[in-house]
Amino acid sequence: MELTELTIKKAHEGLIKKEFSTVELIKVFSDKIEKENKKIAAFLTLNIENAFSHAKKIDELILRGQKIPLLAGIPAAIKDIILVENIRCTAASKILKNYIAPYDATCVKKLKNQGVVILGKTNMDEFAMGSSTEHSGFFPTRNPHDLERVPGGSSGGSAAAVAGNLSLFALGSDTGGSIRQPASFCGVVGLKPTYGVVSRYGLMAMASSLDQIGPITRTVEDCEIVFEAIRGKDEMDSTSVEIPEIENHKLKIENLRIGVPKEYFIKGMDDGVEKIIKSAIRKFEKLGVKIIEISLPHTEYALATYYIIMTAEVSSNLARYDGIKYGLSKVKTQKSGYPLGGCKSLLDVYLKTREEGFGDEARRRIMLGTYVLSAGYYEAYYLRAQKVRTLIREDFKNAFQTVDAILTPTSPTPAFKLGEKIEDPLTMYLSDIFTVSLNLAGLPGISVPAGLIDDLPVGLQIIGKPFQENTILQIGKIFEKL
Amino acid sequence: MITKRDVQHVAKLARLGLTEREAKKFQKELSKILDFIERLKEVDILKVEPTSHSIKVENIMREDRVKIEGLEVRKKLVEMAPEEKGGYVRVKAIL
Repeated sequence: MELTELTIKKAHEGLIKKEFSTVELIKVFSDKIEKENKKIAAFLTLNIENAFSHAKKIDELILRGQKIPLLAGIPAAIKDIILVENIRCTAASKILKNYIAPYDATCVKKLKNQGVVILGKTNMDEFAMGSSTEHSGFFPTRNPHDLERVPGGSSGGSAAAVAGNLSLFALGSDTGGSIRQPASFCGVVGLKPTYGVVSRYGLMAMASSLDQIGPITRTVEDCEIVFEAIRGKDEMDSTSVEIPEIENHKLKIENLRIGVPKEYFIKGMDDGVEKIIKSAIRKFEKLGVKIIEISLPHTEYALATYYIIMTAEVSSNLARYDGIKYGLSKVKTQKSGYPLGGCKSLLDVYLKTREEGFGDEARRRIMLGTYVLSAGYYEAYYLRAQKVRTLIREDFKNAFQTVDAILTPTSPTPAFKLGEKIEDPLTMYLSDIFTVSLNLAGLPGISVPAGLIDDLPVGLQIIGKPFQENTILQIGKIFEKL
Repeated sequence: MITKRDVQHVAKLARLGLTEREAKKFQKELSKILDFIERLKEVDILKVEPTSHSIKVENIMREDRVKIEGLEVRKKLVEMAPEEKGGYVRVKAIL
């Protein structure tokens, strides 16, 4: 086995048994990046030099015989919407092309404290808005399974980096499926935790009531390790919560009840995807798991609800990129680098900076959000959507009275071709149809590789009760071994 | 349906510069998305309370105290502004 294909535990064992050094481990990944990243284009910024000096420090600890944490020396890639101190952080937007992160996000700090080595920052759709990584302000990322196809999005660079063995694991963020859908397209594991379980401090806000950070890994065990490392209440994020203590009993397969929502097997789903997911469900049934058909009656309204609430929050969160405080600015100064692009008034500074800095998808969503919040439309759109959100939450609450977890496809199709959906925003939005409900309801969900259609991966989504990441991780591990 | 004037109005509210051609393009695209979200009108929401967060959120208070360790970050933050003066961010006159 190549070193780039190791699991976290195997890599850790190799390091402490001195089968290879941290520097050697990082070298293997940096060579791989050098060779493959030109094709895959997973990274926006590389951090290789720092990674080596960090690796040397870990090696010194090992040589001195010190006990090192499980994640020490393990290489990681971080989605470029999460701050890593003193490294450029762009959210794949031209408006932040030269922005240097002034501090570490809490999840990054937690990983650094364990000794994780950061290889670089990964590409994404601008400000996490998109499902293909084609809306990056810089360049698209390609799917390692088929370079003509998208890796999914918005955490497409992170998923492609893990799938292409350019990093051992990665962090992504998920507002409507942005960890799970690319994990599905790239054949890797992606977890969106319960809302609030991972601190959002240092994550550039897209839609604050929906955003969550989570791991993208090759195995469910790796996913669990990274999740354990980054979760926890944080005084810097007032919406973060500690996972309430849940009895950590081992799942008994024969007692397990798994729901399959009839509304998720709809027209428009790829036949191959349906076949793979149904065969996954049969595999659980053969183990003695009780499979129960459930109903989530408001499913058909989830996407519309999501596009109102999310864009409303986007329009307010992205107001901060105004050319005054940081990032691109059309203010006439020597420092801004626009000696001739002067604006007459403050309003001009806003208009010109935001026109030049934001891509089309960002502008589309900002305008839609502004519209649904504007006078005369607030009640018809925004308030109504918040009420439907309540109904969607209740659907899940009711279903979880009879089941322990829910199985669905992660996405209705495997990875599509670059350019296939870029011209029609609404078609692109439909790739999130199975994932957005979890963000609206705040539930945890994991996408696990379930099979291939013509060499293209398909993911199975396992949905859990709030704060029961433990349950879906265990179910994911069982499924991995089938 | 959203008119081109609506688009231009919303763009101004959102402080987004827009060319004529772009206004036309966004009018088409936004109309299509708005048609799609119209379907929420079918849902009976008469007795339903709105949800803003999936978890219960409360105001969290802390002591109003200057953090010494924050001074370095403060310096970094101010230095990022295109125009600064004496430790403050400078902007054009508003009135």
